[in-house]
Amino acid sequence: MRTVVVAGHGMVGHRLVEALIGRDLQRQWRIVVLAEEVRPAYDRVALSSYVDSWDADALTLPAVLDDRVELRLGDPCVRIDRRKRTVRTASGRRVVYDALVLATGSAPFVPPVPGHDLPGCYVYRTPEDLDAIRVAAQRAMQTTAAGRRSGVVVGGGLLGLEAAHALRQLGLSPHVVEIAPRLMPMQVDEGGGALLRRFVEGLGVRVYCGRATQAIEPDRGRMLVRLSDGTELDTDVVVFSAGVRPRDQLARDAGLSVGERGGVLVDAGCHTSDADIWAIGECAAVEGRCYGLVAPGYAMAEVVADRLLGGHATFPGADTSTKLKLLGIDVASFGDAHATAEGALEVIHNDPVAGRYAKLVVSDDARTLLGGVLVGDAEAYGTLRALVGAVLPADPGALISPSGGELDAGALPAGAQVCSCHAVTVETIGTAVRDGATTVPALKACTKAGTGCGSCVPMLKKLLAAQGVEQSKALCEHFTHSRAELFEVVAATRIRTFSELVAKHGTGRGCDICKPAVASILASLSGVLSPGSHILDGEQATLQDTNDHFLANLQRNGTYSVVPRVPGGEITPQKLIVLGEVARDFGLYTKITGGQRIDLFGARVEQLPAIWRRLVDAGFESGHAYGKALRTVKSCVGTDWCRYGVQDSVGMAIALELRYRGLRAPHKLKSAVSGCARECAEARSKDFGVIATENGWNLYVCGNGGFRPRHADLLVSDVDTETLVRTIDRFLMFYVRTADRLQRTAPWLEELEGGLDHLRDVIVHDSLGICAELDVAMAAHVAGYADEWRGVLEDPAKLARFTSFVNAPGVPDPTIEFVEERGQPTPAHRRPGQPVLIAGPTLTVVP
Amino acid sequence: MTAQLQRHWRVVCRYDDLVPERGVAALIDGVAVAVFRTHDGAVHALSNMDPFSGASVLSRGIVGDREGRPTVASPIYKQAFELATGVCLDDPGVVVATYPVRVVNGVVEVWSS
Ligand SMILES: Cc1cc2nc3c(=O)[nH]c(=O)nc-3n(C[C@H](O)[C@H](O)[C@H](O)COP(=O)(O)OP(=O)(O)OC[C@H]3O[C@@H](n4cnc5c(N)ncnc54)[C@H](O)[C@@H]3O)c2cc1C
Ligand code: SF4
Repeated sequence: MRTVVVAGHGMVGHRLVEALIGRDLQRQWRIVVLAEEVRPAYDRVALSSYVDSWDADALTLPAVLDDRVELRLGDPCVRIDRRKRTVRTASGRRVVYDALVLATGSAPFVPPVPGHDLPGCYVYRTPEDLDAIRVAAQRAMQTTAAGRRSGVVVGGGLLGLEAAHALRQLGLSPHVVEIAPRLMPMQVDEGGGALLRRFVEGLGVRVYCGRATQAIEPDRGRMLVRLSDGTELDTDVVVFSAGVRPRDQLARDAGLSVGERGGVLVDAGCHTSDADIWAIGECAAVEGRCYGLVAPGYAMAEVVADRLLGGHATFPGADTSTKLKLLGIDVASFGDAHATAEGALEVIHNDPVAGRYAKLVVSDDARTLLGGVLVGDAEAYGTLRALVGAVLPADPGALISPSGGELDAGALPAGAQVCSCHAVTVETIGTAVRDGATTVPALKACTKAGTGCGSCVPMLKKLLAAQGVEQSKALCEHFTHSRAELFEVVAATRIRTFSELVAKHGTGRGCDICKPAVASILASLSGVLSPGSHILDGEQATLQDTNDHFLANLQRNGTYSVVPRVPGGEITPQKLIVLGEVARDFGLYTKITGGQRIDLFGARVEQLPAIWRRLVDAGFESGHAYGKALRTVKSCVGTDWCRYGVQDSVGMAIALELRYRGLRAPHKLKSAVSGCARECAEARSKDFGVIATENGWNLYVCGNGGFRPRHADLLVSDVDTETLVRTIDRFLMFYVRTADRLQRTAPWLEELEGGLDHLRDVIVHDSLGICAELDVAMAAHVAGYADEWRGVLEDPAKLARFTSFVNAPGVPDPTIEFVEERGQPTPAHRRPGQPVLIAGPTLTVVP
Repeated sequence: MTAQLQRHWRVVCRYDDLVPERGVAALIDGVAVAVFRTHDGAVHALSNMDPFSGASVLSRGIVGDREGRPTVASPIYKQAFELATGVCLDDPGVVVATYPVRVVNGVVEVWSS
């Protein structure tokens, strides 16, 4: 095996590791990554989101787990010996390489103005930088009077505006100083810049364009920033975001060629002037040019991975198009945004009242799209960017007018890039679709498209449609509707039986897919449509999966498990004793679940009522472990006991569990509440998770453990209890209304057009005007809740179903057999035609 | 002859005890049989043993149809079995036993051989 040493574990270095491990099927290479930072590669592009949670782990990129990769954190490469082909690390270690890849990124540029190195001056590139800014902001809270606390950002580009936003979140009023005559001069033109400035100022950010920062002076514990026009700004913090410089010192010291304006000089194959050394990412100057975006870096990583394996890939040139949401404002720029091509024409639509600016740059015959700028509404970005270089399908003016000529995705040329983060073209998507990836999640998995910034997800949907893949949302052969559509049908028509629904809106008699789905919809809506009903009433009982039918969980040997509700995981000794007694008396296997409750296994159908009689008498109620419904709200002990707790997490968990118990949903729902940021309850792996803060609660949504783990996203922060509960109410009802059958919240959010921002718009800002309905629906659910097991015990007709055999009600199923394992009964392994498997050290075979 | 046949029809339950589109289990000479009533009033009897899991549970599956053929879906791994023939529609090599069944004077009976 040969050794490739990678210097730098940033986004691009990490991408190289992924690409090489993924493709090196013959195991030709082992990889040693030398990283200066102490944490493994993280999503620097999303650095600003760190201010929401202060959880750096949330930024971490998925690790490459492979025995060929050795990652040395906190041990940078300090010297290259090209003759001996070795590198030395700061800790003194020597590593011999066959190939060396420099992926050292860049460093923020700090203009050498007097005072730039005062304490209180920071850069904006790592979580540590943000931590330091946070400390300084907190100090300002103590020392500077409210209303005067402020921060100056030097540089009004993308990063500067992100930094201004962060300062605002930290309680400082931000001032942005930009030497160019407009904000984001690289991306937007004058018209777009003017609108952007209006938006930004509307958010309380003071903007000083066309002015240079001349000096920073200490001023009675604070600082004074002097601008070139004489303006003086009092400030607590200064953040430099005036561009970056490639980190090429290692290469310079080793005598490698560097670009005119810095950066390790490489050719289109990413080779440096030494055949064994390569450079990628922000530190590289490809044919003399450095790129400050992640997508070109990824492309370079792919080139080197290919070449290390004997290929001849070359850097395809970079698309420096960008689309971002800055302080909630959409800004996009693509192609030749500044109309530099000869004869280029500009078509502009500027509506300052509606807050919308759009410019298309087209060829002199107005037929070919060359580039453009969008501010305020960047909806059309995906399609327009992919069209760059192609003949326009419509009059350019029509394309950007608000009534908007909706573009046909089918008109895109094969080479058009759909996903610029991962350089995925229309053609690649087409091939993937033909190979069977016919859903957005499948496309994400096999092409990576849509997994970067996500702005191309709507485009993926359109492409699927254009390829004629009918995104069949049909539930099954009996309904052409999706679950969400059926939900709307039921809500609107108030049809209350499956028979009527399938007769009027479907075909046939239904099946194990549509019947439980409809049963769930009827149950979700029962608070509104049929208060006081039970899921086993009348025909509805026949629709239920066996779990819901017997209000218990079917296990592989035909027995059931029983899980009473233990809200928040809090239980009295007396109740715990009852559970033990019931388990003992009915011979049940007992296990603690991950959701802080107790699962009793091995109950036969005919035993369930007697078991539940005992449980209900002792004050237990159904835990809905059998339903696609709220399961548990886990909690840590919070302020009751924990010395770190800042809120009563147990009380909150119990309140939430009691509020949402019994709510039927497209899939199961799990939740947790942690009493402080230490997050002992693992709330961020839940469908909705709550974490206490000093000021209230943070709500995270759409997390998932299970098969495809996903961290939950922060939806709202520092809210009071009332707002928290209202937001969860709406979140749950919106999910119940719009998700597909058996779609958990995580994939639901991934497919939701507009993602988290859209979700927030809908349930926090009521952008669809449905919040009142959602609130009513949840109120009806809460008011209509009744324990399902009590309902069965009180109704002889329902109880009558719990028999082993209609013609021999008392006789237990003779095929159910147990063996003893670790002192408890477990199912005897039985397969048809096979004898009982005898296994285990201390085994008694029950006859 | 008739007398002998009579001995082999075993009583399951009253027809009215069967809920349309749901099954019950009956114990016929020590063997579990699943008996279903479909929406059109027909009655079917199949072995209750799910061949994929080995559990005696088919009577607890959801009754429906596939392309018009009445089915029950195993509650364990969800394969569909045709009620009339016992053929597994997801894996036609697998067939569960079916039993003759009739309704006499409002009583459901299964033939045990
Ligand atoms: C706040 C912010 C927002 C951004 N937003 C966007 C955006 O919206 N879109 C976009 O495309 N780009 C954005 N960027 C730029 C993007 O993050 C970079 O282009 C990308 O991270 C470059 O990746 P890299 O691996 O080349 O460099 P880096 O991510 O900087 O990684 C280089 C790593 O190498 C380490 N290193 C340096 N020297 C050595 C050494 N001698 N030995 C070992 N390790 C070393 C460094 O510590 C660092 O960890 C943003 C950047 C920031 C800071
Ligand atoms: S999350 Fe915080 S409050 Fe809860 S147990 Fe952990 S440290 Fe204590």
